[in-house]
Amino acid sequence: MSRVVILLPVVLFFALAGVFAYALYFKELFTGVAHNPSELPSALIDRPAPEFALPALRDDGQGLSSADLKGGGAKLVNVFASWCAPCRIEHPQLMEMAKAHGVTLHGIAYKDKPEDSRRFLEVLGDPFTRVGVDRDGRAAIDWGVYGVPETYVVDADGHIRYRHVGPLMPQDMEKMLGMVRELGR
Amino acid sequence: MIPEIGHYALVLALLLAIVQSVMPLVGAARGNVAWMEVGRPAAYGQLLMVTVAFGALMWAYIVSDFSVLNVAENSHSLKPMLYKISGTWGNHEGSLILWVLMLALFGAAVAWFGGNLPPTLKARVLAVQGMIGVGFLLFTLGTSNPFIRLDPAPLDGQDLNPLLQDPGLAFHPPFLYLGYVGFSLTFSFAAAALIEGRVDPAWGRWVRPWTLVAWASLTLGIALGSWWAYYELGWGGWWFWDPVENASLMPWLAGTALLHSAIVVEKRDALKTWTILLAILTFALSLMGTFLVRSGVLTSVHAFAVDPQRGIAILFLLVLATGGSLILYAMRAPSLKTGGLFAPVSREGALVLNNLLLSTATATVLIGTLYPLVLDAMGGSKISVGPPFFNATFVPLMIPLVAAMAVGPLLAGKRADLAGALGRLWAAIALTAVVVLWALWAHGADSVLALVGIAMAAWAFFGAIVEMAERIRLFRVPLADSIARARGLPHGAWGTTIAHAGLGVAIAGMVGTSAWVSEDIRVMRVGDTATVAGYEFRLDKVEELRVDNYITEQGTFTVLRDGAVIATLYPEQRWYPVARMETTEAAIHTTFVSDLYAVLGDRTEDGTGHTVRLYHHPLVPWIWFGSVVMVIGGLVSLSDRRFRIGVPQGRGQSGKAPSAGGIAPQPAE
Repeated sequence: MSRVVILLPVVLFFALAGVFAYALYFKELFTGVAHNPSELPSALIDRPAPEFALPALRDDGQGLSSADLKGGGAKLVNVFASWCAPCRIEHPQLMEMAKAHGVTLHGIAYKDKPEDSRRFLEVLGDPFTRVGVDRDGRAAIDWGVYGVPETYVVDADGHIRYRHVGPLMPQDMEKMLGMVRELGR
Repeated sequence: MIPEIGHYALVLALLLAIVQSVMPLVGAARGNVAWMEVGRPAAYGQLLMVTVAFGALMWAYIVSDFSVLNVAENSHSLKPMLYKISGTWGNHEGSLILWVLMLALFGAAVAWFGGNLPPTLKARVLAVQGMIGVGFLLFTLGTSNPFIRLDPAPLDGQDLNPLLQDPGLAFHPPFLYLGYVGFSLTFSFAAAALIEGRVDPAWGRWVRPWTLVAWASLTLGIALGSWWAYYELGWGGWWFWDPVENASLMPWLAGTALLHSAIVVEKRDALKTWTILLAILTFALSLMGTFLVRSGVLTSVHAFAVDPQRGIAILFLLVLATGGSLILYAMRAPSLKTGGLFAPVSREGALVLNNLLLSTATATVLIGTLYPLVLDAMGGSKISVGPPFFNATFVPLMIPLVAAMAVGPLLAGKRADLAGALGRLWAAIALTAVVVLWALWAHGADSVLALVGIAMAAWAFFGAIVEMAERIRLFRVPLADSIARARGLPHGAWGTTIAHAGLGVAIAGMVGTSAWVSEDIRVMRVGDTATVAGYEFRLDKVEELRVDNYITEQGTFTVLRDGAVIATLYPEQRWYPVARMETTEAAIHTTFVSDLYAVLGDRTEDGTGHTVRLYHHPLVPWIWFGSVVMVIGGLVSLSDRRFRIGVPQGRGQSGKAPSAGGIAPQPAE
């Protein structure tokens, strides 16, 4: 076997280790932003949400498009899927925010059969005002979705203000609620 | 006092590990037998000390000593005893101690069972194992000490995550770690062989039993984890392509490849550099799994509480172990002599194909898991990778793998006749066709992939059975002769058949539940009935109960078929007040060929009914039954006398020139 082939694993491994080290340590040194997978800085922060228009999931015809995000105070946009385990874990928190705190929540059903998404909401409860179906995940790519679930805070002008990656746990709720309250004014 | 003893024992274990990693290595280089011998007592001592430390931590959990920070953060006095004990390893610090305990256990096992190893190889294996121990003990003591005290001690603890309070999960980590850490030993064998500069068939034989132990444990650990997900997360899914699941799947795939390529080393003295590389990579993937879970670079439901300092420390360990051994590999591998040759169509050729497909599959999972992270680090756009990616890439790789799996064992070594082997599999081909026809009749042709999947399952299963029937010449010679032949077969051959058949059973389960599940979701009031796949579910009552550390709402379903009562199901929805978490406890009735699965959802807004989910999962128990069969296959193979201690080295070698360490005397597999 030639030297080059033998050296390949070492080279690949150190490249990978470099990526790990960058994410974990050097990224903060170079860019001033720490790598935090549940608080990924979105390129879209403080910018208008991308243009999109998604068909409605439910029979009520309430689909989701960029026009729906303008006006009406601050709202949350949650990207979910019925196949996603963490989505089930965060769902009670979404329900609580919608029902107990009156927060407006919109949903994007990501890469999922519509009937599966509908069942998901029928069983676990439906916190959403509008739900759009993103069957091929195209809209999610425009939003910069890294993986489901993700939750975005969108202000009254339709600008993305905050992005939360991963399940929204009870301890994250305070922060979200505070932000919505502040932006809502 | 006892936590301090545990802490002290850990420090002593570290000192012993340092001795174990230095003295035998120097001794082997200088030919100093006394120094080489130090490895053994050091390994025993390390095991003893880590056991004391682990025992001390467990004791603190059992008596709920909340003056220990780790216990206060992860336990609660009202928790059932089983979960107090399993709480010991249900957190980052405790699980590290368990990891170190397993590491010491494997080190001591080599010291104990390694009587037939050449002294220098044994000394070097123990030294490398000691080095891994030093790394992890330093890491534990430096960043993750579980014995830190809390003053003043709180009155009660913060409770273990309720999702983890479950018998399936209580035993899932120990087996998983036994697997991960077991591969440390194959890694040590590979590193030691590189230091020695020699890999021969005997090396292949020595490394195989340890690979089998690690592989069987990892198989069981992964199966337990997926079983837990199936019944605990409450919607009947069993695999989610979560980064942490992938972290356990990658070493399993690589380990499976290693298991097979070591056979080629043993039988044909070939594939040596590749096998060494696999041994290194398998453990590297285990380490990387640890890194991914504990550093917080990826997000996952499984992730432990993250701490960047720990992430850096594990990354350092990963780089040292993997980087170091890969450099050693790059330096030494070119000088390893290539051995025997074989034709592409031969048993060895089939094993190479197995290795190609398994390593491609490993790479696929690796890319799917890390691609978002790599792209992010390179400043690229953010992308998402989920089950759609893996279903499109991983599944197609498994089809040729399984197709070849049934044929491989029937091929002769060195050069074989493919048409002849396929001809001998006619019975398997016929039986597979019957199964596919049955599936077409029972479930229709809606899902072509399901038909392909069930064909693969049947092919794997019947192929294994037919291969065994061929070996014992069933129905061709009198039955008594066949039985005599079966008795005479090496256990390794039986192990292959059992494990391959087990995989077929498991695949059938995966296909059955993925393609043919029936479900019904509706609001039910007490007295209502719903019918799923011919089973009638009647909701008899819903009551609220208070148990130990949770409050539960429990439903009672009676399941009837044609008017006869089949089962009573008690699904629950639990609320853990201390942890402020809700969990769903699905109720499952299994008939072995299918599961009836009921979940109690939330009360409807008007308060009169509940949302319920009812499922009929065909074949699903076979996933775990098949996995257990695979584990049994591994254990049977492990009992092969070639691996047994005390078998004279020269057994069956008469007529052959004695080579270093002795060549495997029996044709196994």
